[in-house]
Amino acid sequence: MAFASKSPWVIHYDGSSCNGCDIEVLATLCPGFDGERFGVVNTGNPKHADIFLVTGSVNEQNIGVIREIYDQMLEPKVVVACGICACSGGVFHDCYNVIGGVDKAIPVDVYAPGCAVRPEQLIDAIVAGVAALDEKSAALKAAKKGA
Amino acid sequence: METSFALIGFLIVFPLVVAALLLVVRPEGPRKVVVCISAALIAVASVALVLMNLGASCTLLAFESEALDFVGTGVSLVVAAVVIGFAIRYRNLWAALLAVVQIAGTLVLEFVFAHEIEVPYGLYFDSLSLLMTFIIGVVGSGICVYALGYMEDFQAHEPAGAKDRRPTFFALMFVFLSAMYVIVFSNNMEWMYTGWEVTTLCSFLLIGYTKTDEAIRNAFRQIIMNMAGGIGFLVALYACALTMGTFSFYEFLVMGANNPQLAALAVTALAFAGITKAAQMPFHTWLLGAMVAPTPTSALLHSSTMVKAGVFLLVKLAPVLHVSPAPSVMVMLVGGITFVLCSFMAISQSNAKRVLAYSTIANLGLIVACAGVGTAEAVWAACFLILFHAIAKSLLFLCVGTAEHHIGSRDIEDMDLLFDRMPRLARFMMLGIMCMFIAPFGMLLAKWATLVSFVDTHQVALIIILAFGSAATFMFWAKWLGKLAGIAGTPDNVEVTVKPTEWVSLLLMACLLVLACVFLPVISNVLVEPYVLSVYNLAGQDISADNLWLASLCVIVVVVVLFAGVGKNQKKRKVNVYLAGVGRDDDTRSFQNSLSGTTQATTRNWYMESVFGEKRIAPVGVAFNSLIMAATFVISYLASPLFL
Amino acid sequence: MTLLTTLIGTLLFAILGPIVGCLLAGLDRIISARMQGRVGPPLLQPYYDVRKLFEKESVSVNSVESVYVACALLFAVLAGGIFYSGGNLLMCVFVITLSSLFFIMAAYSTRSPYAEVGAARETLQVMCYEPMVLLMAVAFYQAANSFDVAEVLKLTHPVVCTIWLVFLGLLFILTIKLRKSPFDLSMSHHAHQEIVRGITTEMSGPTLGLVEIMHWCENVLFLGWVGMFFVWANPVSIAIAVVIVLAVYFLEIWIDNNFARVKWQFMFKSAWVVALVAGGVNVAVLAFL
Repeated sequence: MAFASKSPWVIHYDGSSCNGCDIEVLATLCPGFDGERFGVVNTGNPKHADIFLVTGSVNEQNIGVIREIYDQMLEPKVVVACGICACSGGVFHDCYNVIGGVDKAIPVDVYAPGCAVRPEQLIDAIVAGVAALDEKSAALKAAKKGA
Repeated sequence: METSFALIGFLIVFPLVVAALLLVVRPEGPRKVVVCISAALIAVASVALVLMNLGASCTLLAFESEALDFVGTGVSLVVAAVVIGFAIRYRNLWAALLAVVQIAGTLVLEFVFAHEIEVPYGLYFDSLSLLMTFIIGVVGSGICVYALGYMEDFQAHEPAGAKDRRPTFFALMFVFLSAMYVIVFSNNMEWMYTGWEVTTLCSFLLIGYTKTDEAIRNAFRQIIMNMAGGIGFLVALYACALTMGTFSFYEFLVMGANNPQLAALAVTALAFAGITKAAQMPFHTWLLGAMVAPTPTSALLHSSTMVKAGVFLLVKLAPVLHVSPAPSVMVMLVGGITFVLCSFMAISQSNAKRVLAYSTIANLGLIVACAGVGTAEAVWAACFLILFHAIAKSLLFLCVGTAEHHIGSRDIEDMDLLFDRMPRLARFMMLGIMCMFIAPFGMLLAKWATLVSFVDTHQVALIIILAFGSAATFMFWAKWLGKLAGIAGTPDNVEVTVKPTEWVSLLLMACLLVLACVFLPVISNVLVEPYVLSVYNLAGQDISADNLWLASLCVIVVVVVLFAGVGKNQKKRKVNVYLAGVGRDDDTRSFQNSLSGTTQATTRNWYMESVFGEKRIAPVGVAFNSLIMAATFVISYLASPLFL
Repeated sequence: MTLLTTLIGTLLFAILGPIVGCLLAGLDRIISARMQGRVGPPLLQPYYDVRKLFEKESVSVNSVESVYVACALLFAVLAGGIFYSGGNLLMCVFVITLSSLFFIMAAYSTRSPYAEVGAARETLQVMCYEPMVLLMAVAFYQAANSFDVAEVLKLTHPVVCTIWLVFLGLLFILTIKLRKSPFDLSMSHHAHQEIVRGITTEMSGPTLGLVEIMHWCENVLFLGWVGMFFVWANPVSIAIAVVIVLAVYFLEIWIDNNFARVKWQFMFKSAWVVALVAGGVNVAVLAFL
């Protein structure tokens, strides 16, 4: 059995957004929704995190940061694009400096659209992310055994 | 017995012969041969003497010679004369004044009082002298060998055309060793006094070696303080002659222990001499100033000679101090306060040699405090403090000296990445540092024994001092250790040019250290306990042997972790450190800043100047300790038969 | 003989220490959640976390970090073994300090700016609590006439009767040792963003798992120190001690949730003043009366 799903530690990064989704992400982790019931912990360090929550779109300025955070996370890891901007660029998609959704920078596992994304939907997305995490964890284990 | 006697004679005379030879042999090559061979001979002779007399109690050797008495007095006078010569040349009134007092004192003593007093047993040895013999012979001569390579680099760093004074340097080092042997083997206190003065003069010359203004100034500070201590010794000799009628150290100790009031003034004066030599506050500045000298000098002064002569004398006095309240309080408080305050001040220093100096002074303070407590347990602890401090400190000084020549700085902040740049040296340094402050290494076990002895004698002030001082000790060593431990990328290894003689001594010290830590219980049984037993008829070891062996096991684990390269073959993926954002270069810790430029992250250790700064702390200790000593002198004089 | 019992004790502690510590950590998280008006994670959440960490990929910034962390864990377990097998309290104190040193060295070895800040603060924390810990050992010796923890089982009354002041001092520095707010300067359990979790910034995956286990062992050991004050010859006393330990743990969690972190100056000064007053006065009273 994989323990990744029982202890999804998240890290949150905000690209270029209106901060609406940010507030919702933090609200999800607050007592009202109590993400810790499912073992969710909001870490500040990519090296400790399993799930990468990105809000806002990717632009020329932050694409390096997003890639760096993703690279510093340990396998198995899952990326959740939170909100429509993170999914596709949203209303900012044709701004001069916006590249697009998070998937332009790093592979995304779960898309959670919404403007702003609701906590319920985020919890759903994290649950879906956790399933992906389990799969990756199992794959990693198999790879380790094979090697 | 004859062999031991011959060995003692050899140990005292042979270094002098070598010194004379070194003055004559000026080229580099032959000097190396002479120094290496004679250092090895001295070490072997010392070890042989120790091994032949393991477990010895005090053994007096019949040896008396009026001629030697006069030679001793003569040497003391020559010492004073040399000091006067330098004092006139550099216009230093105080040094001249003290030297004149010393000459007058020595002459009056010799011709008015001393010629009636005979000491049939001029030499002696006991387990404590043997311990010192081991330290002087092995650690001291190890430093001499190290100095060969170091001084070669040192001379290369000097401006072109600078005079090569290395022959004098090496000669002085060997004279130093001889003088130390005189101190630890003389039962005749006049001879001991001669050795005492010779060490003072040698360190004066060694500190002033570079002849820069700073060196001269610090050398004079040293000579003034230690001449004052020497005069303290002289006062003790007078007091002995007048009240007890003997110059035999052994008899003095026995009489002192039985009749403390009779000996009070002499003990106070001797303790004062010991305190100056051991660089206790307010006399700590001379040892700090001595840092201007080439590093082997510092190593020699700090580990095996000079300051150890001071604590040796105090530890010998311990049984008398145990029963004489006034000098005992003086020694305890002076040592205790020095320990805690110097540990505090070490936190605020970034110069590696100054940190080492403060740590030496602090640890000597602890030994002095143990001597003041004077119980069997305290003396046991003091002996081990002396042993481990000598080995660990010399290792550290030698490491710092080598590092200084290869990274061009003695600042701890510049030792960043030393683990990569000088891998072997950094590990030796880490071993030395760990031995100084952390269990399971010997120094801390000795501190443990110290703590127990303080508790058993209800010395509340010392208990508190030890608790806070140890905490400060952790702080300044741990942050230095952390600086050394840093690893990043693969900077150039600058270690390849370290001289082989330096490696030999470093390796010797490191091995000694590990062996001494692992076999601490054995050393306790064969060297330290016999001394404590012979003096007190009591065992001094207050830590159970099981705990000591457990500590030995831990030592082995730590040493293996440090040196065996555990973890080197890990097949883990290497990643960069977290730099919050986009890292540019991992090795230099530079990252992309908000203007897309490059910024380098820098960190510095914590010096807490506002809490532990020298300016805040030193005056407290100086004032307090001066007051204690002045008061004790008055009390012991008033209590002594000389006044009554 | 004692060497053997210590080794057996260490082996037992290596198994039982983490189990108890893990449950305590789970309890801590549930109680904290309730205090914040949340439901909180399951009791075994710390266990899930560590198992997950061991399932993660193994990476490191250098070759020695994980070795140092392993040493820190080893010595923490040894310290626990020494204590719970009734060994020498001072030895236990020294070995746990050695463990802290290895943890600090592990952080320094990474040369990460955040980890270095954390390591420097951890060093400061050790300096803050060390005097009180040493004075506690001394006071224990004065009260029980031995440094051996096993001696408490022969006493006619618990040591807290004579050294209650030291007990209060221990409670104060226990907050530092358990890394609870307001003294969680080097690494915060709750505010993960604060200097990027300070001392553990570069520790990840299995290495972080070892760190967690080390904290469990440490916590069990420190709470053992608390319990030691209330045990005497009567077997019932062990039950009393357990109740008091749980109460103290609850108190620590309450403090953790109700106080904001302080600056180092406050921590340093208050810890030393407490050590001087609580430790010094108590030791002096026992020495002179």
